[in-house]
Amino acid sequence: MQLTLGPLQYFWPRERTLAFYREAAHWPLHTIYLGETVCSKRCELRTRDWIALADELVAADRQVVLSSLALIEAESELGALQRLVDHGRFWIEANDLSAVQLCRERGVPFVAGPSLNVYNHAALAMLMQDGLRRWVPGVEQGRVLIDELLCALDAEGVARPQVEVVAWGRLPLSYSARCFTARALDVGKDQCGFRCIEHPDGLPLSTREGRPFLRINGIQVQGEEVTDLSPELPALRDLHVDLLRLYPQADGMQAVIEHFVEALAAKTPVAPLGQRNGYWHGEPGMSGVAARA
Amino acid sequence: MQLVCPAGNLPALRAAIDAGADAVYLGFRDQTNARAFPGLNFSDAEIRQGIAYARARGRSVYVALNTYPDSARLSHWHRAVDTAAELGVDAIIAAEMAVLDYACRNHPALPRHLSVQGSATTAPALRYAHERFGIARAVLPRVLSVQQVERLCRTAPIPLEVFAFGSLCIMVEGRCQLSSYVTGASPNRHGVCSPAKFVRWEEHAGGTRRVRLNDVLIDRFEPEEPAAYPTVCKGRYGVGGEIFHALEEPTSLNTLELIPRLARAGVAALKIEGRQRGAAYVDAVTRTWRAALDRHRDAPADWTPQAQWQSTLSSHAEGHQTTLGPYHRAWH
Repeated sequence: MQLTLGPLQYFWPRERTLAFYREAAHWPLHTIYLGETVCSKRCELRTRDWIALADELVAADRQVVLSSLALIEAESELGALQRLVDHGRFWIEANDLSAVQLCRERGVPFVAGPSLNVYNHAALAMLMQDGLRRWVPGVEQGRVLIDELLCALDAEGVARPQVEVVAWGRLPLSYSARCFTARALDVGKDQCGFRCIEHPDGLPLSTREGRPFLRINGIQVQGEEVTDLSPELPALRDLHVDLLRLYPQADGMQAVIEHFVEALAAKTPVAPLGQRNGYWHGEPGMSGVAARA
Repeated sequence: MQLVCPAGNLPALRAAIDAGADAVYLGFRDQTNARAFPGLNFSDAEIRQGIAYARARGRSVYVALNTYPDSARLSHWHRAVDTAAELGVDAIIAAEMAVLDYACRNHPALPRHLSVQGSATTAPALRYAHERFGIARAVLPRVLSVQQVERLCRTAPIPLEVFAFGSLCIMVEGRCQLSSYVTGASPNRHGVCSPAKFVRWEEHAGGTRRVRLNDVLIDRFEPEEPAAYPTVCKGRYGVGGEIFHALEEPTSLNTLELIPRLARAGVAALKIEGRQRGAAYVDAVTRTWRAALDRHRDAPADWTPQAQWQSTLSSHAEGHQTTLGPYHRAWH
């Protein structure tokens, strides 16, 4: 099992982003995902900058995958996606059906991102015909569902694609046409001033009892909890998961990488650094609530 | 433009047909559709009655099979597709690739509509569903502006249906995990958002009420304050020291004033949300839209939204408020 660095979900200043990936080039990662998945207005790095960064990281002997937006509305967003696909050198992380179709039309291999809604083996097999090489299950799909899907794929005689499971970070839970950061700051989406750059780990949202609950990140909503699947390595190995996805965070990413390197090398599960991911166990994703679905 | 109306049960179906719906959509009484609420939906016998009632009046019946089966349960969705075909419905509305593919291969003559839950927002995404599954129509997610809908009408390979009225999902449909994050019950997998069994109302001294979803406080209401059903997206929360509807207010989408633009754009059908609502809602909302659409058909040049239509729709809206939602850029 190897580690990947998932796409940066937040909006950081250009220099900070570039410095982060300069550092990441030295981490023991199999794959680095690059690109904007949340909001097309975030342009500290433009498409060509991400591609240039991809070229640099490939030179450092990392596989690079270019990630696409989860929600595509405008023609300009579609144009940017087309440029990623047309570049042709890199696999694409398809986070919606538009990316699947463009990859299919151009014969570009792709990774099914977690927002693509692949819930069963038949859908996965179809996407493999379209060029899928790697599957990242959706955040609400836990151990049993992934196991059942892969076994059903085996039973159909279809060779498994690479499987990558989200193992670290705040889970992306939903996307909207509305920008919740702009709403919280009481500015229009079209006049947002790119204020999400002030919140490098998103904007905390708590219940009226003060319980930390969600994170607002532009048009995306995440769970508050930073989930950690490192205690589940035995089960992940049993499933023959190939890759563990770690989502970038503003601080302490190197310590996260080291934590997983240590966990992968250890004979017995290590103490978790982050929080329990209920989804993995077939429960509510959030920990500390009743599991009775 | 065709008017497509919701039916959670037979009385609602009859109300929709009587009030002028061109088509009604409904679901089986299980998790194969996205309104799998207790006491709602149709047995096979009821669907037969519903089809007979609609057909006798020249109208259509669609069956929503728009949830996402996991591998272990896929055969159940296959059977649901078979049943829909055997019952002779006019179309199925599906979101998931394996369900659409099964229907396409086994029942090619049964028209397939891509559900709003399929999250297709662009021409390439629609091309995919058209080339792969031969869809005859797609329902667009409630995320696009009216300009974007107009553009998509020109570039889509198939006719489009858009949401006209009803409760507003603030998130891209089919890609919202907020309910499952809190309850474990997933709209995609289990066909239900914010299930009632997880909802707990608490009365406090002085008449304030709190509402929880699986122990998570969604909102608190003062004695005179109208209380809304607790979906995660319509609660009040603290962000940056302020308490407000951080994601969305309880409100309904209402695009009545856009009828001329949507008609000019070539939108094929308008959808009314609300299979969970009763026959009275279906009757009033359908009747209002029927009148507005008929008036527009007969005299498009001098069509204006009438105050009476709008007040009827507002009175049936969530929180008695309506919005143009994502169709209007300023809402974003």
